[in-house]
Amino acid sequence: MTDLVDVALLALLALTGISLLVLRNLFAVVILSGIYSLLSAGLFVTMDAPDVAFTESAVGVGVATVLMLGALTLVGHEEKKPTRTRILPLAVVVVTGAVLIYGTLDLPPFGDPGNPIHQHVVPRYLEQMPEEIEVDNVVSAVLASYRGYDTMGETTVIFTAGLGVLLLLSGIRRRSRGKEGAAE
Amino acid sequence: MEFFLGHYNYWVVVFLMMLGFYVVVSRSHMVKVLVGLTVFQTSVFIFYISLGKIRGGTAPVLVDEPVLYSNPLTSVLILTAIVVAIATTALGLAIVVRINEAYGTVDEEEIDAIERAEEVGAPEPH
Amino acid sequence: MSHNIILRIATKVVVPFILIFALYVQFHGDYGPGGGFQAGVILAAGFVLYALVYGLENVKRVLPPSIPFACMAIGVLLYSGTGVVAILNGATFLDYDVLASDAIHGQHRGILWVELGVITTVFGTMVSIFYAVAGRRGVE
Repeated sequence: MTDLVDVALLALLALTGISLLVLRNLFAVVILSGIYSLLSAGLFVTMDAPDVAFTESAVGVGVATVLMLGALTLVGHEEKKPTRTRILPLAVVVVTGAVLIYGTLDLPPFGDPGNPIHQHVVPRYLEQMPEEIEVDNVVSAVLASYRGYDTMGETTVIFTAGLGVLLLLSGIRRRSRGKEGAAE
Repeated sequence: MEFFLGHYNYWVVVFLMMLGFYVVVSRSHMVKVLVGLTVFQTSVFIFYISLGKIRGGTAPVLVDEPVLYSNPLTSVLILTAIVVAIATTALGLAIVVRINEAYGTVDEEEIDAIERAEEVGAPEPH
Repeated sequence: MSHNIILRIATKVVVPFILIFALYVQFHGDYGPGGGFQAGVILAAGFVLYALVYGLENVKRVLPPSIPFACMAIGVLLYSGTGVVAILNGATFLDYDVLASDAIHGQHRGILWVELGVITTVFGTMVSIFYAVAGRRGVE
């Protein structure tokens, strides 16, 4: 039954991606990207990752959509019709996709408990976590305690991104170069 | 058939990745390129989480009776990745807003034309 | 103005619940899905919703821009500060075992402070970025 939900969600994701590629009205494209994030959050829930689903739906649907809509009101929301033919990008994409699919043929099957990813560090975390930390949510324990350095680095990355946006966008606007060049 | 059921997840993820990659490579409006990048990143997250899933497992929150838990490590890595992705998207949007204020447009082909016109115009006054 | 009334009243009712839900997610992150990142984004989303319905000037009176700017840095300080306190107590950086009298309570205390740092930074950054993008004047 969950396989059926997985197949349906993946098909809807593919449809949303294709319509996102084709549409030229960028307001619709941004809303479709929010729908894409929401569908992937549903997929994360069926794959037993509720923390990730929480974060993806809050970040991808809430914050990212609002920020992109705010940027679109500043820059203009219609995309031009394409002028050149696009054989080279299509060829590059097809070749990369073929190489990746050739690579996935070697991957272990989906959902098998004997996969190498479940073997080395994770059993140690799951067994010794009740004695060492005694917190029920294993993901929080790993994030905050066993892999605390990574989380500190991530917090610093968020801080740096906020700093960068503030440096770029809180100054005074100057006249645009395009208008100055045309006037000369 | 077993092979197909075990791997179609990865093939759909590769298709979504290539969709996002094509939007990034071939479209010239910068906000649409950022949306394509978001699609690409989200498909990578789906790939990681589907690597960590165990059939018959449950979410990695400890309960009293012994059950099979899905992998918590992939969730931890993707939590970090999601927030870093939104940070880079926000920074990219700030740069796009500034480019728009400098050039009057965010279409890469039009900006190319403006730059080439300025280059041709510049060496003349001696 | 009449077509805005449903939005304004609904927002007035819903925003307190959003803020309380963010605190719930933060403090129950140890026992169920949740934690600092989710809680920070939900807290920021409450203020962004208020700004979308009531306008940027009104939300800047409730939450002046200096507060999220300060929160961005205070969160990183809280996180690294926990690590430094661990050094001052004789262990290595970010070793939570020495923060209390026994190891398990030390871990709990360490995780609490660290998640507080994370929620503060994420909240401050999301609200600051929203203020910066939404406050930019458009093309004249």
